[in-house]
Amino acid sequence: MSINSDASESSSASPRKNRGEVLQLFLSFFKIGLFTFGGGWAMISIIEREIVDKFHWIERDDFLDLLAVAQSLPGILAVNIATAVGDKLHGMKGSAMATLGCILPSFLIILAIAIFLTPDMIKNNHTLSAIFMGIRPAVVALIVAPVITSAKAAKLGLKTVWIPLLVALMISSSQLFGINLGFGSNPILFIILGGIGGWAFWKFSVRNLKKSQK
Amino acid sequence: MNIYLKLIWAYLKIGIFGFGGGYAMLSLVEHSVVDPGWITETMFTDIVAISQMTPGPIGINSATYIGYVAPSHVNPQLASPLWGVLGSVLATLAVVLPSFFLVIYSSHFIRKHQESGAIKGIFSGLRPVVVGLIASAAILLMNNANFNPNGIDWQLWTNIGICAAAFCLVYFKFPWRGKKVSLHPILVICLAGLAGFLIY
Repeated sequence: MSINSDASESSSASPRKNRGEVLQLFLSFFKIGLFTFGGGWAMISIIEREIVDKFHWIERDDFLDLLAVAQSLPGILAVNIATAVGDKLHGMKGSAMATLGCILPSFLIILAIAIFLTPDMIKNNHTLSAIFMGIRPAVVALIVAPVITSAKAAKLGLKTVWIPLLVALMISSSQLFGINLGFGSNPILFIILGGIGGWAFWKFSVRNLKKSQK
Repeated sequence: MNIYLKLIWAYLKIGIFGFGGGYAMLSLVEHSVVDPGWITETMFTDIVAISQMTPGPIGINSATYIGYVAPSHVNPQLASPLWGVLGSVLATLAVVLPSFFLVIYSSHFIRKHQESGAIKGIFSGLRPVVVGLIASAAILLMNNANFNPNGIDWQLWTNIGICAAAFCLVYFKFPWRGKKVSLHPILVICLAGLAGFLIY
């Protein structure tokens, strides 16, 4: 059964109940957005608990199926899963409400901070500038750590380790060597090349497999 | 081109090519927002820290924050909060919209190709690239603005020490009440802030 017919069935059965469920969907994702730090997988497990275990809106298998789709698409994983769950339950209206619910808490909290904590204020206030001087090198460390964990997860070997090295060197070439590579240092270029390369490699190995079977 | 149109265009691109999670996305943000000078490198680092410490995905948090500060940084005439809020709304919506429509309209297509193995193939190529993207985000932040803003040797070495200590705290697991745990990034940022407060 297609996703859309699910939604139209439930809406024709009882529009008022449907509206209540859409509102509940919004509130659920608002709560998830408000109380989860860091996004990503931390958020996914809480969404699963709320959507599958608490409200029984979606079966676990269907949720994992949606998760697989959300992971295969670009963008922010937690937001993608909110869109997918909303779409599955209530079509376009559901996906819009779930997505808004998911991003609204972040948006409002950051806005409140941004209005009061301006860059000039950090620069001109001695205490704040001292605190941020300590924080900045730690932020660098927080980004170095996932380099290593993602390198392990990608199971890099001698045949593939040149890819991240080349990508990192070319993107940061202007800082490391003072060379401006123009489009050659654009991350988008490497994302496109990586995708095409992986696809071509898959095509190639499928063809070889077929040949060897003949 | 108007800064708001530029923001929308930059964040649409980030939304379309943002594979590999928040940290990989940071290299895209650096390239399209910091390189053109819409915000400074220190502002970017501070925004990453604040995005880590507040609830929600780092991609949304940083888009909202950068959308708020970029207009007034590029054009001082846009310094009023209302112009900032406009930037926030536009950047946040722009980063979400591409995947919003992709999730709704391409899920059938994705399912079909997932079974064939094509998607797996694409991601086997993307995964090593993502490692490189995160590494480049880290390298680009290893600059004087973050480590040695005043050009004083002892401060440079202190900051390198803070960076190394922070790395050990988040990366390695320590025995704690019979379990092995690593410190939460938020706690590490708080400790580093405390160290900065005490030292500088």
